[in-house]
Formats: sequence, structure tokens, C-alpha cells
Amino acid sequence: MSDRSRLRLLVLQVLALSLMLTLFTRLFFLQVVNGDQYQKAAANNRTREVVTPAVRGLILDSQGRVLAGNRTTIVVSVDRSVIKKQKDRGQGVITRLAKTLNVKVTGLRGALTLCGTKGAAKPPVCWNGSPYQPIPVAKDVSTDVALSIMERRELFPGVTAELSTIRNYPSVSGVNAAHVLGYLGPITEKELQADTSGLLRTDLVGRAGLEDTYDSYLRGVPGFTTLAVDNSGSVTGTASTTDSVPGDYLVTNIDAKVQAVAEKALATQIQAARAGKTYKCGGGCRADSGSVIVLNARTGAVVAMASYPTYDPSVWVGGISQKQYSSLTSAKSNTPLLTRAWSGEYIPASTFKVISTSAAVRAGENLNGLYDCSKQYKVGNLTKQNFESEAFGPISIERAIEVSCNTVFYGLGYDAWVRDGGITPKGGGADEWFVRTARDFGLGSLTNVDLPSESAGRIVGRADVLKRWKENKGIYCKRAKNGYPEVRDRTRAKFLTELAKENCVDGGTYKGGYAADFAIGQGETAVTPLQMATIYAAIANGGTLWQPQVAKAVLSPTGKVLKTFQPKAQGKLPDSAATLGYIQRALRGVATVGTGSNLFKDFPVAVSAKTGSGQVTGKDDTSWFDSYAPSNNPQYVVVMMVSQGGTGAGTSGPGVKKIYEALFGVNGKTANPAKSVLPGGRLPTGLPSIRSTGTIVGPSR
Amino acid sequence: MTYSSTDFYSRRGVVDRALDRDSTLRRLDWVLMGSVLTLLFIGTLLVWSATKQKQLDAGGDPQTYLKKHLINIIIGLALAALTTLLDYRMLRAYAPLIYGASVLGLLAVLSPLGSTINGAHSWIVLPAGFSVQPSEFAKVAIVVGVSVLLSERRDGESAPIRSDLLLALGFAAIPVVLIMLQPDLGTTMVIAFIILGMLAVAGVETKFIAALLGIAAVGAVLAIKAGVLSTYQINRFAAFANPSLDPRGVGYNTGQARIAIGQGSWFGQGLFRGTQTNGRFVPEQQTDFVFTVAGEELGLVGAGVIIILIGIILWRTIRIARRAEDLYGVLVATGIACWFTFQAFENIGMTLGITPVTGLPLPFVSYGGSSMFANMMAIGLLQNVHLKRYV
Repeated sequence: MSDRSRLRLLVLQVLALSLMLTLFTRLFFLQVVNGDQYQKAAANNRTREVVTPAVRGLILDSQGRVLAGNRTTIVVSVDRSVIKKQKDRGQGVITRLAKTLNVKVTGLRGALTLCGTKGAAKPPVCWNGSPYQPIPVAKDVSTDVALSIMERRELFPGVTAELSTIRNYPSVSGVNAAHVLGYLGPITEKELQADTSGLLRTDLVGRAGLEDTYDSYLRGVPGFTTLAVDNSGSVTGTASTTDSVPGDYLVTNIDAKVQAVAEKALATQIQAARAGKTYKCGGGCRADSGSVIVLNARTGAVVAMASYPTYDPSVWVGGISQKQYSSLTSAKSNTPLLTRAWSGEYIPASTFKVISTSAAVRAGENLNGLYDCSKQYKVGNLTKQNFESEAFGPISIERAIEVSCNTVFYGLGYDAWVRDGGITPKGGGADEWFVRTARDFGLGSLTNVDLPSESAGRIVGRADVLKRWKENKGIYCKRAKNGYPEVRDRTRAKFLTELAKENCVDGGTYKGGYAADFAIGQGETAVTPLQMATIYAAIANGGTLWQPQVAKAVLSPTGKVLKTFQPKAQGKLPDSAATLGYIQRALRGVATVGTGSNLFKDFPVAVSAKTGSGQVTGKDDTSWFDSYAPSNNPQYVVVMMVSQGGTGAGTSGPGVKKIYEALFGVNGKTANPAKSVLPGGRLPTGLPSIRSTGTIVGPSR
Repeated sequence: MTYSSTDFYSRRGVVDRALDRDSTLRRLDWVLMGSVLTLLFIGTLLVWSATKQKQLDAGGDPQTYLKKHLINIIIGLALAALTTLLDYRMLRAYAPLIYGASVLGLLAVLSPLGSTINGAHSWIVLPAGFSVQPSEFAKVAIVVGVSVLLSERRDGESAPIRSDLLLALGFAAIPVVLIMLQPDLGTTMVIAFIILGMLAVAGVETKFIAALLGIAAVGAVLAIKAGVLSTYQINRFAAFANPSLDPRGVGYNTGQARIAIGQGSWFGQGLFRGTQTNGRFVPEQQTDFVFTVAGEELGLVGAGVIIILIGIILWRTIRIARRAEDLYGVLVATGIACWFTFQAFENIGMTLGITPVTGLPLPFVSYGGSSMFANMMAIGLLQNVHLKRYV
């Protein structure tokens, strides 16, 4: 090594060691000489952020009545991180608290488990938020209980009882509307990760219904206060404050009074059917569930929409117990959580005949022709009976709709199938006018209502049958061989086995029986009550299929109109004005001289309607009553459906009648708009307004 | 009579051989090794303390980082052993390989494979929660590679001529440019210091070194004037001296770091008990700001020991350089000495508020696999150079 290198290495060594010495000196100064100053700084260093949750926006009906509001309550919360530091890991505190709150220890313990951890209670009972966030365990605690907790802090470390704002449902006019309103639930980890709008771990977000769809409007922005706290945790000052911004108000098309009447009518009819008090429910129909919908026939606005069974929406507020949750989801209580109106799928039965009429015209049938309404109709080796085996002889299609003659429509469906080439369609393929028309009426696709989890229903055509057979042939053939030993009901097991045998061999062919069943709304067709309501609205209003809308507008808490939801046309019915007029006349005939005449022939308002009694093997009939009124200038569509409820006119019809009575102010043989549940006897066009005092006033008339 | 060494050793057990006076194990520089092992031990405790509460707060396993750190140490020790046992002559042969690999790694970082962590686009994220930072390995590559270039002397030359100098600079420039593109200012400065030190000890004429320093100074001024660096970057760089330049970012962090160290006093608040540490006031505490944990929890005594141990490592490294038998060995040890000196000073200095904040880990103490592996490879190289003296 050269001397120059050696010298430079020496320089490097001196440099390295003096740099280390520099560090050491600086360290000494920081820690020892100026140590006091930094210790003081450290003591004042601690800040704590307190979140002020935003007050959630109200959900109002079209008259400005509060459907979902807020109230203050005392909520008891437990800070897990504090109680876990107890010697007994908090068991003592939990036991004492359960006793004070008068709840079960196991339930309280479950509510304090973290979702997804070992031994945790099932959602939504377990805590889904941050482990370091106090967990609310009881709401509506009395002042006495709150005081006994807060005054004995030593017995309840980590437990607080504080005032907070929670959702409430004032239930004006006895309205429930649980399914439409939806509920709130804690945000999930996944949603928190995906969120870009600044959601907090403690936030509740809309989980169903309007609370879900319009969550971003209703939510508001939370405020933050940064408090300076000293070493011991006492607050020494406020570092910064950002006020919370309350959520906006959602004005809906719902009218609370109509909704309440509709809910009551539905519940009454279901109870009556169960008690055997309705036509053909002699021994009591099962009537497991049902739905009722009132639409504005001209805009698709949802005036009322209810499902049965329902539940008290306030069970979700402040956390739901395992017991409550099971009762909402159990089959024994007919799953009250399930929304029938737009998520439930049912066979449309005879209410489908309006679509079949349109299809028959498109398939080339003559509306002036006569068709034989015989007792029975033979399709291949199957004999299909008319409803109650009645026979009317040769009648018009209009009359066939009025008396709901199945054999006429079997014939229309079957004839179209024959014209399509039967089992082996002709060269250009089958026209499938009936299937095509059902789709043109919006069946098999979503109505795009502004509510989550909508079902599209099911329309099965030739291509669908073939596709499904190709996918499932193996299963059918296996079942054909082995039967259904797990099905208890032997008649049903036998039926299913027969079906499997048939399907194994020729399940891919679209048979004449399918086409015949399709034409009377039986077979595999499935629809939601809301789909049928939009279809009857379209027939009533001259052919426009509107998107059903619950929301009407968004208002700021000071009353500024932020957004209005305009009616949206989804499409047109495929019918000519003549066909539509023909169908309208027939529906009016149903109410005057047909299956609905017992209910409506003397009604002071002209009602147009169609009844339906869907037959499901092994179950009671599905009761439908689809209608609109007044017939010459339609305003409202009212559709009621009761699953396993018996006949349409017997079970649902009287319920629909009660709703019209309320809408038109009917008393006996007179209709008085002043007696209507709607102010002025009509739906409001304007929006409710909010005064500077915060009072909400209805729209001006 | 002649015996081959195999004859001689074959009759003796492995343990005896390892403990033999002339065995590789005994001839290691144990002062160096002891200091490194002690630092690794202290670092393990600090990493654990820095991450325990954060992991608990996040609902995770409080020992996650501890376990990963221990695995990194074990792999690091294995790499050190491997590098120690390489044939000394083969070190030169491996140089191009190491260099090529690290340039490829740096290119990969700039490709879509690379990821940005804490503002530096210097990572390749691998499956199963692992990630690699190729710029750490680039330091090893540059030390070994530049040593080869500068130690190849033609007859009669006592110092590298200008062509050697330019070749070495060009050789180093490729990885440096790639690292600057990330941009990783800290590593760039470390490498610049390594090259400067190696050139100086290689005997490059003073005027060249002065010229290089001049070019660097002019370049820095031009970069600032021409707006290559944004005001934000410049402020961040200068915030250590004037926290108000970046009050929410670096200024705040260095302030919190100083409070943590400052309240440590003589003996600290005790391991796992630092309020600043547990209150998560200092960012990146297990990596770049690990020294603050030592300052707060172990006080002047504990933090001072870390500085002293690094001082010993630097002393032994330069001692190895002085005693190396050929210029190649001198330069490898010199490069490593410069690397550790600059990186330790810069890292501890930034926590004490006397150097700018750059994302550099503290050798042997900070959490982080790539840096641990590169540091341990450097220790292996030092031992290799050290052992070579006796053969």
C-alpha cells in the first residue's frame, strides 16, 4: 500500500471516529443537558381524537311525515381494551353489568366478541368494529341504571353510559315499512378498505332498503375534535375542531297513511285466510307470506309497498341480539327479513292472461273471434281442467279474461306452439310470441326499483329448456333411477321421480304442455309482485313501463332541494292502441261482470282488475289481485299477492278494496275526495319544505 | 516426510478442528464479530419493542416482527458465513456476477414489478409477505466491483490513472442512476461516499478528488436551481434544521423523534415502556427511526452503547483495511468502512436532528431483510479479507 493510501486510510479512521463522537455528544446534550425540556414536551404531546358522529338524514314520506328519524338515548358501551386488562380479563365487570342491565351474561359476552376471532358469536351479534372502539351493548337505558354505572366507576371500569343519537321509527299512522326503509349495520372490514369517502370503523352504513340505496345522501360527514391530553389523560385543551355535517333528507313517494292502510289490509287478509274465513280457505289456508303495492299509475312512483310478515325495524338499532336475528331469518316465522314485494318470486297465474292476450294477437289470433271455453283441454295425453271445471262454451277472449277461462288460454298458447312447429320448430326457428311478449312486458328482468336485492323472476323459453337440460341431464337421469328418498311426502316424491324420468329422456324439448301452462301463468314462470304492478301500471297508462321509484327528492337539512328523481320510462308495451284498449275493456269487465264483480260491481269508483289463483303442487294457491283505478283515468295501481293464500278474489281482493276505499274516500256507495287519506284526494306534486326552525311542512296544494 | 493437509485433518473431529489454533473459526476477527452480534441482539429487542404495541393495536400477533427479524438474522448469519468461506481469489471472479444481478434487480424495480413503499419506488414485493430492496445489494456490488477496477494496476503505476478512474466512475454510474430514478436520495449519498472513499484510498490524485467534489457541489446547486427537485423535496431535505419547512411531515416526525430520545435521560424509561414509542408518535420506528426506541427506552447508556459498538466495528473494519495484503482487500474493507460510517452517521444523525431525513436503516439494528442481508454479506467480506492475511 502506498503512503498516500495509508495516510488517507488514517484520515478516514479519524473521520469515522469523530463522526461517532459527534453523535454521542449530540445524544448527551439531548438526553441529559436538555432532557427536562423534552420530558415536558412528551407529557404535553398526547392528543386524543374524539369523533362526533354526523346526525343521519331523515327519511320522509311525500307529505313530509318522518318515516325514519333520530332520537337521543342513553347507550351503554364497553371498552374491551380496558376490561381485558382486568385481572379476571373482565369477567367480573361483564357479570356485574349484565345484572345491572338485566340481560343474560352469555348474550353480553357474545356482543363483546370480535367477529371472525376464535369463539366469537355469529354476526351480527359479534362486534365488527375496531377492538379499540367502545362497543355499544345496551340502548334506552334508564337514567337510574346509567347513574348507577357512572357513579360506581370502580365497579365498572371501561363501561360508559352516554347520550347518543340513534335511528328511530316514529310509526306515524301506525306505518311500519320496515322492508322499504331498511336498516343500518356496522361497516365491514372489506367495505372500510374499499371506501374512499372517509368512512370510519365505527360507522353504521345502510344494509337494506332505502338506508342502503341512499346511504351516501343520508350519512353526512362526522366531525372531529382533537383534544390535547396530558400524561395522566386529563384534557388540557382543544387542539382543533371540525364540525360534523348532518346528512341530507330523503323525500320518498311513499304516503305513510296509504302505506299503513295497505299494511293493515294485507295483514288482515292473511289472518283471515289462515283462520279459514276467505273463499276456498275452508280449513284455513297456510298464507305464509304476502305483499301489497300501490303505484302511481302515471309515473311508477311507489306510494305504498309492504311485505308480510314484517318486523319492527328498531330491533336493528343499537345492535341486534342473536335471538332477534334468528327470529327474523327462521323459516318457522316465515323469514320476516325477506322482502316479498321485490325479492320474492311467485307464479303469476291468471294475472298473466293480459300478457297472453297481447301475445295471442301478435301470434295472429283474431280479437273478434270466439274460442271454446270447455271443461277441460287435452294436450297430448294430458288433460288440463278448467278452474273448478266450469264450462262457458264458445266465448270471446274478453269474456275469457273476465271469467278467467283457462281452457281458452291453454288453446291460445298451444296453438301458437303448434304454429311454431311444435317439438321441432320449422326452418326459421320458433317465433315464441308468448315468451317474447312476456319479456317485452318486463318479466325476467329487473324493474330497476331503487332498492337493493331485487329479483328478476324467470321466463323460460325453448332455448332455456334446452340449455338447462344439457347442464343437468346427468342429475335427472340419476334421480329417475334412484328417486327422491329424502322427500318425506310420498306423493311429492313420486311426482318428482316421474318428472325426473321424463326429464332424463326428453327434458330438452319444449313441449306443448309447457306452452299451454305458460299461457295461463303457470309452469315455471316466476314474477315479483312489483313486476306485475309495473305491468298493470303500463296497461293503465297507455303502454309505458315505468321504473318503480321510491325516492322523490333529496333535501338539505335546511330545506334546499338538492336532487329530484324524475320518473324514468323503461320501455313500451308491444301492443297497438286497439289491443291495449281491448285489454283495458276486459279488465274493467272483470270488475263488473267477471271474477272481481262481487267486490267491485257496485263500487263508486270504476276499478279494472284481474284475479289470479296460482297452483303450486303440494301448496295452497297463490292469491293475486292486480288492479288499477279509476278505469277511465287511471291514477293508482294496487296489487296484492298472498302466497298460499287461496283465490285471488277471495283473499287478496277484499284487501285491495280496502285500499281503494282509503284512496278515494269511499263510504258505502259514495266516494268523497275530502275523506281520502290523501290530502285533497290526490298524490302531491310538490315537495315538503323545511322551515328555518326545522319544522317540516307538507307540500302546498 | 510430507503430509498433505487432508491426511493431517482427517484423523481429528470437527469440534477439535474448529477449535484448533489455526482454524478459520478462531482466526476470525472476534472483536468485529462480537460487536456485530451484540448490535444484532440489541436491535432485536428494539424492533420487538417498536412493533409490539402497534401489532396489538391492530389486533395482530405482537411477535410478528420479532419472528421475521430473527429469521432475517439467521439468513444474514448464513450469508455472512458463506461470504467468509469463499475463496479469496474467487471474490474478484464473482464481482461481475454480483454487479450484473444488482443492476437487473434495480431495473426490475423500475419496471412494473416494482412497488412504492413510503414514497420510495425501491421495492419488489414477493409472495407471502416478503419484499426485496435491490438498492441494498447494489452497495455490495459497487464495493466489490469498484475494488476490482481500481486494484488492477499496470506495471509501474502507483496510483490509478485517469482511465481507471473514469472506468470506475462509469461502472458505478449505472446503479447510481437507477437508484436516483427511484428516487432514493439516501442510498445515492451512501454510494457516493463509498466511491469517494475508495478513490481516495486507492491513491487517486488529490486534484481529481477535489474536481469530483466540485462537480457534485455544482450539480446539486444546478439541480435545485433548475427545479429538478421540487420545493417539497428540498424542504423535506432541509426540514431537519428548520422543522417549519415541513411542519406536518418531516418536521413533525423529527420533532417527535427528538422528544422520544430527549425524554430517555440517562437510563431510559425501560424496554417496552416508552410512551412515545407505544403511543405511535414516531413513524417507521422499527426501520429508519429504530434509534429513537433505544434513546427513549434505554437512555444515554443504551443508545451510547450502540454508537460505541458501531465505532468499534468501524475501527476493526479500517484495521482490516490497513492490514490487508493486497490493494483489492484494502479497497473492499475501505468501501465497507465508508458505507457503515456514512449510513450510521446519517441514520442516527437524522433521529438526533443533525442530518436530513432520508430513508436509510441503521446497520445491524433496523428491521428489514434486504439491508440485514447486505450488511451481513459485508461482514463476511471483511472476515474473508481478514482471514486471507494468514494464508
